[in-house]
Amino acid sequence: MALLDVERLSVEYQTLQGTVRAVRDVSFSLPPGRALGLVGESGCGKTTLARALIGVLPRNARITEGAVRFEGTDLLRLPADQFNDYRWRRIAMVPQAAMDSLDPVQRVGDQMVETIVLRGNLTRAAAADRARELFAMVGLQPDRLRLYPHELSGGMKQRAVIAMALALRPPLVIADEPVTALDVIVQHQVLQTLRDLREALGVSLLLITHDISVVASLCDDVAVMYAGRIVESGTVRQVFAEPRHPYTMGLRNAFPSLRAEQEHLVPIEGYPPDLAHPPQGCAFTARCPFAIPRCWEEDPVLRAEGDGQEAACHRAHEAPVLRVQAAEAFARLAGDEIRSAPREAC
Amino acid sequence: MLMPMLEVANLQKHYTLHGGMMASVFGGRRVVHALNGVSFNVEQGQSLGLAGESGCGKTTTAKLILKLLRPTSGAIRFAGRDISDLEGADLLGYRRQVQFVFQNPYEALNPRFTILRAMLEPLVIHGIGASALNRVERVADALRQVHLDPPEAFFMKYPHHLSGGQLQRVVIARALLVEPRLLVADEPVSMLDVSVRAGVLNLMRDLTRRHGLTTIYISHDLALIRYMCTTTAVMYLGTICEIGSTAEVIGRPKHPYTQALVAAVPDPDPTRAERVVKISDTVPTPLHIPVGCPFADRCPMVMDICRTVRPALRAIEGVRVACHLYEGPEEVH
Repeated sequence: MALLDVERLSVEYQTLQGTVRAVRDVSFSLPPGRALGLVGESGCGKTTLARALIGVLPRNARITEGAVRFEGTDLLRLPADQFNDYRWRRIAMVPQAAMDSLDPVQRVGDQMVETIVLRGNLTRAAAADRARELFAMVGLQPDRLRLYPHELSGGMKQRAVIAMALALRPPLVIADEPVTALDVIVQHQVLQTLRDLREALGVSLLLITHDISVVASLCDDVAVMYAGRIVESGTVRQVFAEPRHPYTMGLRNAFPSLRAEQEHLVPIEGYPPDLAHPPQGCAFTARCPFAIPRCWEEDPVLRAEGDGQEAACHRAHEAPVLRVQAAEAFARLAGDEIRSAPREAC
Repeated sequence: MLMPMLEVANLQKHYTLHGGMMASVFGGRRVVHALNGVSFNVEQGQSLGLAGESGCGKTTTAKLILKLLRPTSGAIRFAGRDISDLEGADLLGYRRQVQFVFQNPYEALNPRFTILRAMLEPLVIHGIGASALNRVERVADALRQVHLDPPEAFFMKYPHHLSGGQLQRVVIARALLVEPRLLVADEPVSMLDVSVRAGVLNLMRDLTRRHGLTTIYISHDLALIRYMCTTTAVMYLGTICEIGSTAEVIGRPKHPYTQALVAAVPDPDPTRAERVVKISDTVPTPLHIPVGCPFADRCPMVMDICRTVRPALRAIEGVRVACHLYEGPEEVH
């Protein structure tokens, strides 16, 4: 059985511009011990999705549909106090800008002990032992527990927050952009720590990031989000080596790489759609070089494409041919004038 | 030999931290050494990338070149002329020739100006264009060059109407309007969505080549620098530790810091093996600059000499490296 099963989840925001459909009909499952990377650009709904999973959406957001089954229990149907028992104990979150989520006027160790006592029903002495053990586990010297957050470097704060998330041995950790604000060498080492911890603890990981190279170095599976939907999913190797959705194909050519031979980057022309007014058909149509008339009218569903790989594209069955043409086709489209209307800020 | 367009010679920038109880009790002044003797030349038409982690001094270097800050010591010469004492019309002329694109396009444009007004302003300030109509035509041309087409559709828009990628295009168009000779871009795409980054990078690459512009790109992203720049300088704690052709510096890095930096970049291709980076992740502070090599504390190859003698840049196999591992004639300034 999957540890986490998300079924047809939809989340809406009420804004001055109207209803924004931030997450639309998202389904995925995460088996125990696996790491799933949720990638997409800003505004694609990945953070909203993560917050919906642990029930900490902002006030103007509402889950309109769907189920979040964790170890078989639908969290969305639980009374608030029972849901609360899952947070931190069963599902821990490393929030975005985790470095700023530490209390600046409390010693790091005191914050950890407080959390462990409050959530784990341990005595203070036992919690202090656990905090030392956790610090050692994430590669921090336990005497650093006495320091205040401003005395730690960015990488150390990030490790401290990761240690806190692991405090009660949760089977699932959700990490939202865990290495984004870090310098490259520190990033490399925090990623290494996360990899080691996964192996040592067997914890499942849901990693949310815009950076496909972070997913490539840390995850087993990947789900690519675009405009509130998952457009492609599968194992990291499958999806990056043989993408079946044109958006994934486009992303592959749009990144400067440090090592690959690359004469010219191929941009994906245009901008993501305004989710206050989502387009009728596939949300990627206006930027897709392979769009056919059907794409403008009918939103494709996520369908199995063999070997566990899924894609939401009317032409997914032609993927091997499209993949070969992708770079040239995206480039040709970019030479065109911009077709999509300027995006309204929401 | 042609005169370099920009010469930066032994540039230093120190900040004294004032106040604080400890300072007044013990009388100790704390000094932040943001830049500790940076020298490089940029030739006409060249594109130089300044790479390094946060706090290494790359943005300080840019601000000194743009004359937004005054150096503590050292000189910057533009087309042979020292810029430190420029005033009045000369300073205005310099500002026209040296334009910039900063990281955050949302902060680069006045939120209460329409795009047209924001773009007309530099033309008026520098007295470019024979008539109001001619200036509007120049703005339209510039917007078309950055693929904001038809330009009239953007004239009356305010910054909040546009996406980040469109705004950054406006900022680039505005920088190019006054026909500069040097463009300084500080993390020009790091605020933008991944799918629009490539478009902005290609645009900058094409436009600067077409106009024969000299460019300095500042980024923590080595992949971006590899794509955009012919020359790369890697900075560490306010000094340059390696500088040379991008192919050499990134393809065959010599300084142990550059080697670590290159190895630490994660790869989007999951089939490539993970590399091992053996240096510690504690970033040193510019408050305490070591006597010897600034990288000595983290260096896996550290020797005794590194702790006592600061290495100067030496020419090694076509690049210049500041490291005691290599032997060659030291450069003197």
